Amino acid sequence: MSLQSSEIKTRRIFTVSEITQDIKLILESNFAEVWVEGEVSNFRQYPSGHDYLSLKDQAAILTAVIFNRNSKEIKFKIEDGLKVICLGKVEVYAPRGQYQLIIEKIEPKGIGSLQLALEQLKQKLEKEGLFSLAHKRPIPYLPSRIGVVTSLSGAAIKDVLKVLERRFKDVHIIINPVRVQGENAKEEIALGIKDFNDFNSRVSGNERIEVMIVGRGGGSTEDLWAFNEEVVARAIYHSQIPVISAVGHERDVTIADLVADLRAATPSVAAEIVIPKKEDLKDNLDSLIKNLKQSFLDLGQNFQDTIDALMHRLRLKNPVVLIDEYQERARDFARQIYVRMTHFMKLKQSEFTKAIEKLSGLSPLNILARGYSITFKMADGAVIKEAKAIKAGEVIKTRLHKGEILSQVREVY
Amino acid sequence: MAEMKFEDALKKLEKIVEDLEKGDLSLDEALKKYQEGIELSRLCSFRLGNAKKKIDLLVKNKKGDFELKPLDETKIEQ
Repeated sequence: MSLQSSEIKTRRIFTVSEITQDIKLILESNFAEVWVEGEVSNFRQYPSGHDYLSLKDQAAILTAVIFNRNSKEIKFKIEDGLKVICLGKVEVYAPRGQYQLIIEKIEPKGIGSLQLALEQLKQKLEKEGLFSLAHKRPIPYLPSRIGVVTSLSGAAIKDVLKVLERRFKDVHIIINPVRVQGENAKEEIALGIKDFNDFNSRVSGNERIEVMIVGRGGGSTEDLWAFNEEVVARAIYHSQIPVISAVGHERDVTIADLVADLRAATPSVAAEIVIPKKEDLKDNLDSLIKNLKQSFLDLGQNFQDTIDALMHRLRLKNPVVLIDEYQERARDFARQIYVRMTHFMKLKQSEFTKAIEKLSGLSPLNILARGYSITFKMADGAVIKEAKAIKAGEVIKTRLHKGEILSQVREVY
Repeated sequence: MAEMKFEDALKKLEKIVEDLEKGDLSLDEALKKYQEGIELSRLCSFRLGNAKKKIDLLVKNKKGDFELKPLDETKIEQ
């Protein structure tokens, strides 16, 4: 019995299909759920949505595929060189005689996949300028219309309303309710932000929402994840209305926080930023009223001062003053006149005396003393200078140096 | 004036005080401004004491138009 015949006797000959079927059975049952660690290489994304890659270490390589439905679930971006841990099953593909790892879950090694996704998205958005300080809009002071994008069933809205309750209530809060976690949360949040912007474009100026709070209360990293999504980041970035993000607690910083115009540590803080304290407003108002009154009083004092100055100047031109002045001048003048007149009078007096003396020399009485006489008509007292001025029988009076003679005229010739 | 927003009234009041503090107004203007300032401050004080909150929900109807509907707060408190 040759070795060959004995071999033939005991040998079992597989067809290629048969052996492949056995290999498939063994591999797929033994490796139905395995964790594999390796480095990504030769990563390719196909239009079908399936991802193809290899996992490798120093000595071996394992081809792998992530089908469409699983690929969608991956938060981070798979890149060559990335160290990953995968959960999957080995599958033998008979037509090619190849085996590969069908990956159902994949996580970056050493860091959670969410964390990696966050880092990757952060880098991308940062490069695009979504976190740029220059893009941030100022938060209005004392806004009277405040939009809130959050869930009606969450803690955030309760906190906001609680703050409103104890602060200045002269505000209009408009809530756009959205889901803040779960499947459609990111789209709903993004739409909620956009809705407020659309609303603003349809209403008149004083009905517009001036600022919005976008957020939710605390939760696990996964619960807050919607606020790390790109679609939310972009909605915030494109909002014309300033956005205050308020996600979870102080320690939680999401991408929404980085894009938002202002990050509030919590929803309560966000509300406190936009809803002022009554006491603060009262203090502010009181000091304004005080300044109003003081400035008015000051202004009044200014006017008073001006009036006083004008009055002073006016008094200088006052008629009473002028009269006094003129009187004074008149008195001066009068005094001068008096002095001059006295002087003049004295002068004239002596001239007059001289004239009188001179005149007295010419008096007819002095001539009479030398023997002349004057004859007057008795009837009218006229001086008789010629004979024909008188008739016979008339009475005449003759004045001598001493005494007078009355005579009747006998004859005229 | 009664319709004026608190914020606007406060801003206007600030402006009036500023104008008065500058002091280059005519007496007439100053009086007018002062009176307006007093009215504004009364309005603000009144608002501070009597403000009523208003909370609405933004609702999009079938036509895609927005409506504001008052919020039933009892639903939130639960």
